[in-house]
Order: sequence, then C-alpha cells, then structure tokens
Amino acid sequence: MPHAYYSPNMRRIAIPAVVVAIAVGLLALLAFGVSAQGTNSSIDASVARGDYPQAPGYHLKLPILGGSGTESLADFRGKVVVMNVFASWCQPCLAEAPILEREQQRIVKDNATILGVTYLDNSSASETFVQQNHLTYPVIRDVNGELVRGFGTTGVPETFVINRQGRIVALRRYQLAGEWLQQTVARVLDEHS
Amino acid sequence: MSRTRARSDTHRRTGTTRRVAQLALLMASIVLALVPSAWATTKPRASLTDIENDVMCTACHEPLAVANSPEAQSERNYIRGLIAQGLTKPQIERNLVAQYGEAVLGKPPASGVNLTIYILPPALLAVGIAILAVTLPRWRRRTRAAASEPGETPARPLNPADAERLEQELSHFRG
Repeated sequence: MPHAYYSPNMRRIAIPAVVVAIAVGLLALLAFGVSAQGTNSSIDASVARGDYPQAPGYHLKLPILGGSGTESLADFRGKVVVMNVFASWCQPCLAEAPILEREQQRIVKDNATILGVTYLDNSSASETFVQQNHLTYPVIRDVNGELVRGFGTTGVPETFVINRQGRIVALRRYQLAGEWLQQTVARVLDEHS
Repeated sequence: MSRTRARSDTHRRTGTTRRVAQLALLMASIVLALVPSAWATTKPRASLTDIENDVMCTACHEPLAVANSPEAQSERNYIRGLIAQGLTKPQIERNLVAQYGEAVLGKPPASGVNLTIYILPPALLAVGIAILAVTLPRWRRRTRAAASEPGETPARPLNPADAERLEQELSHFRG
C-alpha cells in the first residue's frame, strides 16, 4: 500500500487553512443570523409605490383571544380589514383603542372590520385590556409572531389596512390618528362601492 | 442475692428503655431532616429573581432581570401571578412559552439553527484541543532538538579593522 506523502509546505498551510475555514464559516453563520433578524421594509416600499402586496400569512390560523377557536385573515375574505397589532402594556395602543372602537362601530355596517392582533403580550392582560376599553371587534393572538413578522412588524402598535382582495393598501408603523384611519378606510370602501 | 439481681434487672431495663428512646429520637430526627428535603426536591419554590435570570423581555430583546420597560413590568406581574398560584419554575417557563413564544426563553431550545449554539462551542473546543495535541509535541521535539545541537551558531571572527578598533577601545580601560 503506497504511503501518503505530504510535503512540508502542505503541512505548514494545513492548520492555518483549517482556522481560516472555521472563521469564514462562523462569519457566514453570523451574516445569516443578522439577515434573518433584519427588518423587512419591502411592504412599506410596495405600498408607497401603489403596488399593493398580498397580505402575508393570509391563511394562517391563530387562536381567538378569550375563545377556543382559531381565525385567519382568509376568514374575513370579502371584507375590508383594519389589522391592528397591539399589546396591553403599550401606552400608544391604549390611546388608539377608543379610536379603533369608534371606527369599528362606524364601518361594521359596510362589510368592514377592525381585527386586533395581540403581540408580545400575555392573554390575561390582553383580555383585561379588551374589557377595560370595551372593544367589540375580533381579536386574535400571535404568540410567536408568525403572522406579524411577515408584515415586518418589530413593535407595537402597527396598523395595516387590507382590501377585499386581501391586499395591503395602507399601513402605519406607529400610533395612528383618527383622521388618517377614517380617511383611509373611507377611500378603500369607496374603491369597492 | 435476689435483691442484687432485682437491682441489676432494673438497671438493664432502664438501660434498654434509654437505648430505645435514643434510637426513636435518632429516627425521628432523620425523618424530620429528610421530609423537608424530599418536599423541596419534589416541589421547589419558584422565585421571581430566579426566573427573571432565565427569561427574556421579548419586546426589548434583553434579559428580564435587567429590563425595565413597560413590557418587562407586565411580564414580571404575570410571573408574580403564576408564582402566587404555586407553580414550579418549569411550569412557569412552559406557561411563559405558551404566552410569549419560545423567544421568551433565555436559553433557546436545541432545535433547528439554535442547535449551532449547543454544538459549535464544544466542537470548536475539541478541534482546538486536537490541534494543540498534534502541534505541541512537535514544537517541543523541535525545541529540544535545537537545544541539544551545540555550536549550531558559532561566533563569527572579527575582521581586522573591527579587531583593531576593539583593541583601541579596550586600551582606554586598561590605561
């Protein structure tokens, strides 16, 4: 059996080569981790261009707050949906709550609805929030952020207006104003009337 | 004679009774010592400080123990409620995962990409040890071989000009 021969030069570069390979591998892993955690702002850009993207996670079923069943955006197909991502501990969410409830009372007859999505919150605190603010619109829980991550959500509150075809037509990445909400929902409702 | 035997019987009975009492006392103290520890192992009492160190504030992306945001306060209140219900630390952690998702755990579960944080450090350590195990004996052999070869670097003789200059310099000290 022939004996394998390694030249001294080959042996001299073997260890540095292994070290460099490991370092490159670690850097690649770091780059992957950073890119996976990065903010997804493509929806904002598309909406700004008027190129309304399909709502991500449209068929994803999430548990109903205070109930036993599940609901997805697809269950509201044919309706204009104002999806509001909130948490009970968030002060801007508390400020938004009466505005959203007033809007719900106004739009429910027009085949539209507000849909609350709790994120980064525990269910008992969310339920207390809903009761204390007398919210009548449906609320679902996104425990792992499976739905909202697709929308590029990194915090609360955020609001997305989804038309009857399931496309995002407007969004707010921070506390919304009542005027913006009324005008936007009225515009989307008019498109379909 | 019979009185002496009766006294020794009484002494024996008293001694036996004392030994039984001592044994009973010893057993009772062992049982008393074991019961709380057995209780403690089956149902360890959870504390907020202990849990805070192992869970994250999910909104602020930092350990709950150092977070002071409104979300952290809400999470703390929730944990206090679970402790008040008498839940153990593992039960509380499971409950937190159900409420906040796996991101709430300070140590992520060993699955998917997370596996790398459990596999990579020991693997790198093993590679490092293997490299040292191979290279260190070689270096030591080389160093020993170099030390055992005498006159490997002999002193170079001075050229005549330098030798004359050195002699002149030294003559100042001799003079």
